[in-house]
Amino acid sequence: MYRIYSHEGGDALDLKFVKELNVLIVKINCELDHHTSDSLRRRVDGEIQRYMPKNVVFDFDGVGFMDSSGIGMVMGRYKNIKRYEGKAVMANVRPEIKRIFEMSGITKLIPQYTSVAKALESMQGGSKDAI
Amino acid sequence: MQYDNEMRLEFLSKSSNEAFARVAVAAFASQLDPTIEEVADIKTAVSEAVTNSIIHGYEDKLGTVKIFAGIKDSTIDIEISDNGKGIDNLELAMQPLYTSKPDMERSGMGFTIMENFMDKLEVESTPEQGTRIIMKKMIKSKLTL
Repeated sequence: MYRIYSHEGGDALDLKFVKELNVLIVKINCELDHHTSDSLRRRVDGEIQRYMPKNVVFDFDGVGFMDSSGIGMVMGRYKNIKRYEGKAVMANVRPEIKRIFEMSGITKLIPQYTSVAKALESMQGGSKDAI
Repeated sequence: MQYDNEMRLEFLSKSSNEAFARVAVAAFASQLDPTIEEVADIKTAVSEAVTNSIIHGYEDKLGTVKIFAGIKDSTIDIEISDNGKGIDNLELAMQPLYTSKPDMERSGMGFTIMENFMDKLEVESTPEQGTRIIMKKMIKSKLTL
């Protein structure tokens, strides 16, 4: 079992820090557009500063809608974490949203997994299940 | 063009209206019985166009964003217009991944998404006067009935 430090970030955001894996799990629970991504990115950056994780998992299970603002939000956090040789991955991305990520080419940099568990496995070396 | 049904919306260029605008247009389009994917296409394209008006057209100022939607048979026409600062170089603006606001983490994918998700996209823009985006979507689920 992992020790998990959970921190409710409000309705729009659930944050879990898995200490053994040095991974921050960012679960987004709202529609991702220009309006919401502006405040979300500030909060996620604050959590990254607080836990200093090596890797970040974006859990999209609670995201029912996303426009191109979501690409910028994920890409911006990826750039921050990459400076420290960290990785960013995504999990539970539904097909309508996956299309948008694929169009931007971001999936080459930030792999997607069918579950958070599979995303965490990839952090431990195996990334065979990336979709 | 004589439409079977029409609607018009006018709202302030506040980012909190982005969700309102795309949901309202999607609700109007629902009388064509679109699939979940077609609804997502329309919502995303409207969200991109409205966000462009708010971020680029009006920048930090408040203005009015107007939406017209018209339904004819199984097709919906959507026009989104603003009286903002317009687009200087339309060809450059429409290139995938080009953004004039990288500092705001804009991805430069707005027009590419509108083009890909809708069946037709036209952009008319006059510097210092505003921008009008005209999109068309054919609802295929209706066609097969």
